Amino acid sequence: MLSLKKKRRIQLLIILGVFLIIATALIGYAMKDGIQYFRSPSQIVLNPPSSNERFRLGGLVKEDSWVKGDKHQFLVTDNSKDIKVTYRGILPDLFREGQGVIATGYFKDGLFEAIEILAKHDENYIPKEVMETLKDQGVYKPSS
Amino acid sequence: MIVEFGHLALIIAFCASVFLIVVPTIGLRYRWINFTNLASPLTISQFLFTLISFLILMSAFVRSDFSVKLVAKNSHTLKPLLYKISGTWGNHEGSMLLWVLILTFFGFLVACFGQSLRHDFKVKVLIIQSTIAAFFYAFILFTSNPFERYSIPPFNGLGLNPLLQDPGLAFHPPFLYLGYVGLSMSFSFAIAALIEGKVDSVWARWVRPWTLIAWIFLTIGIALGSWWAYYELGWGGWWFWDPVENASFMPWLISAALVHSAIVLEKREILKSWTVLLAILAFSFSLLGTFIVRSGIITSVHAFASDPTRGIFILLILVVATGGGLMLFAIRSRDLSSRQSFSVVSRESALIVNNLLLVVSAFVVLIGTLWPLFSDLVFEKRVSVGAPYFNIAFTPFFVAISMVLPVGAMLAWKRAKLNQTVFSLWPALILGVALGAIVWGFQTGGRILGPVGVSLATWLICGALTDIWVRARGNTVTKRISRLIRGHRSDFGKCVAHCGLGIIIFGISAITAWETEDIRIVSPGEKYSMGQYELQFLGVRQYQNQNFMTTQGEFRVDKDGEFFGSLLPEKRFYPVAGIWTTEAAIDQSLLRDLYIVLGEAQDDGKWTVRTYVKPFAIWIWLGALCMALGGILSISDRRFRFSAGSKKVL
Repeated sequence: MLSLKKKRRIQLLIILGVFLIIATALIGYAMKDGIQYFRSPSQIVLNPPSSNERFRLGGLVKEDSWVKGDKHQFLVTDNSKDIKVTYRGILPDLFREGQGVIATGYFKDGLFEAIEILAKHDENYIPKEVMETLKDQGVYKPSS
Repeated sequence: MIVEFGHLALIIAFCASVFLIVVPTIGLRYRWINFTNLASPLTISQFLFTLISFLILMSAFVRSDFSVKLVAKNSHTLKPLLYKISGTWGNHEGSMLLWVLILTFFGFLVACFGQSLRHDFKVKVLIIQSTIAAFFYAFILFTSNPFERYSIPPFNGLGLNPLLQDPGLAFHPPFLYLGYVGLSMSFSFAIAALIEGKVDSVWARWVRPWTLIAWIFLTIGIALGSWWAYYELGWGGWWFWDPVENASFMPWLISAALVHSAIVLEKREILKSWTVLLAILAFSFSLLGTFIVRSGIITSVHAFASDPTRGIFILLILVVATGGGLMLFAIRSRDLSSRQSFSVVSRESALIVNNLLLVVSAFVVLIGTLWPLFSDLVFEKRVSVGAPYFNIAFTPFFVAISMVLPVGAMLAWKRAKLNQTVFSLWPALILGVALGAIVWGFQTGGRILGPVGVSLATWLICGALTDIWVRARGNTVTKRISRLIRGHRSDFGKCVAHCGLGIIIFGISAITAWETEDIRIVSPGEKYSMGQYELQFLGVRQYQNQNFMTTQGEFRVDKDGEFFGSLLPEKRFYPVAGIWTTEAAIDQSLLRDLYIVLGEAQDDGKWTVRTYVKPFAIWIWLGALCMALGGILSISDRRFRFSAGSKKVL
């Protein structure tokens, strides 16, 4: 016969185990929807993702490519390849041509439909992923 | 000259902290009372010198002394006074100084008001607190000195990021830091208890209010941040599951668990090692939060240009504190055994389930937050984890917590009768299900989230009220009410805090399920309708303010054919920083928020406009306020005054 204390401890471990299993299962399930890959324009051109995959596109907003409207159009570039992006909504205040941008959305028929444009609170900030993409392309020059 | 005194004061405080680590430790080892007696005065002087240093930095901001690099980079003569002051902590260096100021302030409180603590124990707590402080002093002095000077001061400063020029955000960092750093107290107490190998109800009686204070500040701090994001960013969102937000949410979850497990320890002298472990974890999560925010290692919406090399130093502190704490725990926790037992159906079990759910949900958030880092390092794939992950993986645990909470909160200690508790909760359950069903019937085809939220919220709130009603035993209604009024404040606190959770759950599910949104391009004079409201865009006008220029749109709102009000969303331009910001116009009421954002100007005088109707939005923050209020009521209970009933036994 186990002592009451031991019994409690075993029950506790079983409950904890059950919770952890549920949590792991939920995490695994949720990751399918929640994980968004980060892709640069060159990666998309090289290996286009399927049209129902939600992912993040990062790069620079190409100069003179922004067409305003209730549906915005602009090009996102990594100075090697460009991707045309459309976005219906109000762009963040720090959205500017020549600046870094991260857009979340779907790639359909050669067009990236953004559902969210990531803004930063800081005008000097370049998203880490964008910076690395630009470094990969050899165009990033750290400013003083 | 005075700025150099600030620097000097900081160096003195650093020396005091090192001195405090060395001397009383030797005193403890050889039982030299003269040495251990130094702990309190050293802690107090540490606090005073840090305070002097902080005030000098603040005065540099107020005086706009641009020979100080930090002031020149973050302030401007044209800025309103409030934001000159809040500019002190609106940057990396200043915020770290604020952090260490609060850290020493908590040490100061123990030194001054800890007479009821046993001398040796108090000294140990102060030594540990001072060790943490020493690391942060070194961090500030060697990597982020706020008092650095320019040899040639610039004519004017660069100004504070305009988005931060907001009353909500001016006080957001101090509150959050009071929460983060408040958990250092529980940590120091836990480590000291592990060193002594002894934890008892008196220990819990000390740890609980500290944790509760930290938790209250965290609650308010998080609510302020979310409130700011809601009306200042102009995206209409209030929580983005962003790494920086999660960084404050994880310590909140763990400290909520700690507050509850400390109750069990205090009342029943069980869960000793678990409570100590939670105390270590809670502060570790605070440090992890500081690390995530300050290093900018994970891409975040809220990331400010940050410096990864500084992150390494905080990471070092995190590893030392967590690693050291957990190692000590592994070695010593075996001494913390308890003799009490309890039945499966009892308050103890209920609180254990609460704790496990809170900790596991924090774990889920942790995985989601750190996954991008992990994926980058291990798989070399750049990913981000978005809101869908958290909605799916986190929500079930909070639904589970809400379902068991009212029952668990009413179970008796030791051995409870389940059917007795369930019997008194029948009305709450029936009301909850009925309201949910009615809402479901009315909304035809909407998301199931709304009715579920209504049910859970009703269940929680009525459950909390039932609890306090049953507690005030009495035959007649008047007798019960008079007992209720004279009842313990902590019982009220529990009721209010749990109601707050219900209110938040209702607000969140209502806004998520029933929000409506409209985006269009309007020309001046154009009308459009939004639900029961008729809106008309009258045009824009421009004017100059103290430190910004604004373009203000005017909207006339009609309801049922009658004039209802005007809404004035703005776009502001801050010339100093060269930044545009969006000021949403929000008409707020208990039932719904009408939220208008002005977008870009089109070429032909038209404007993009985004309009939302957000039902019950304000309930989210009212709920948070309720939770904090519950905590305050609880802490004001006479039974938890630091001195009350705690003999010099610790």
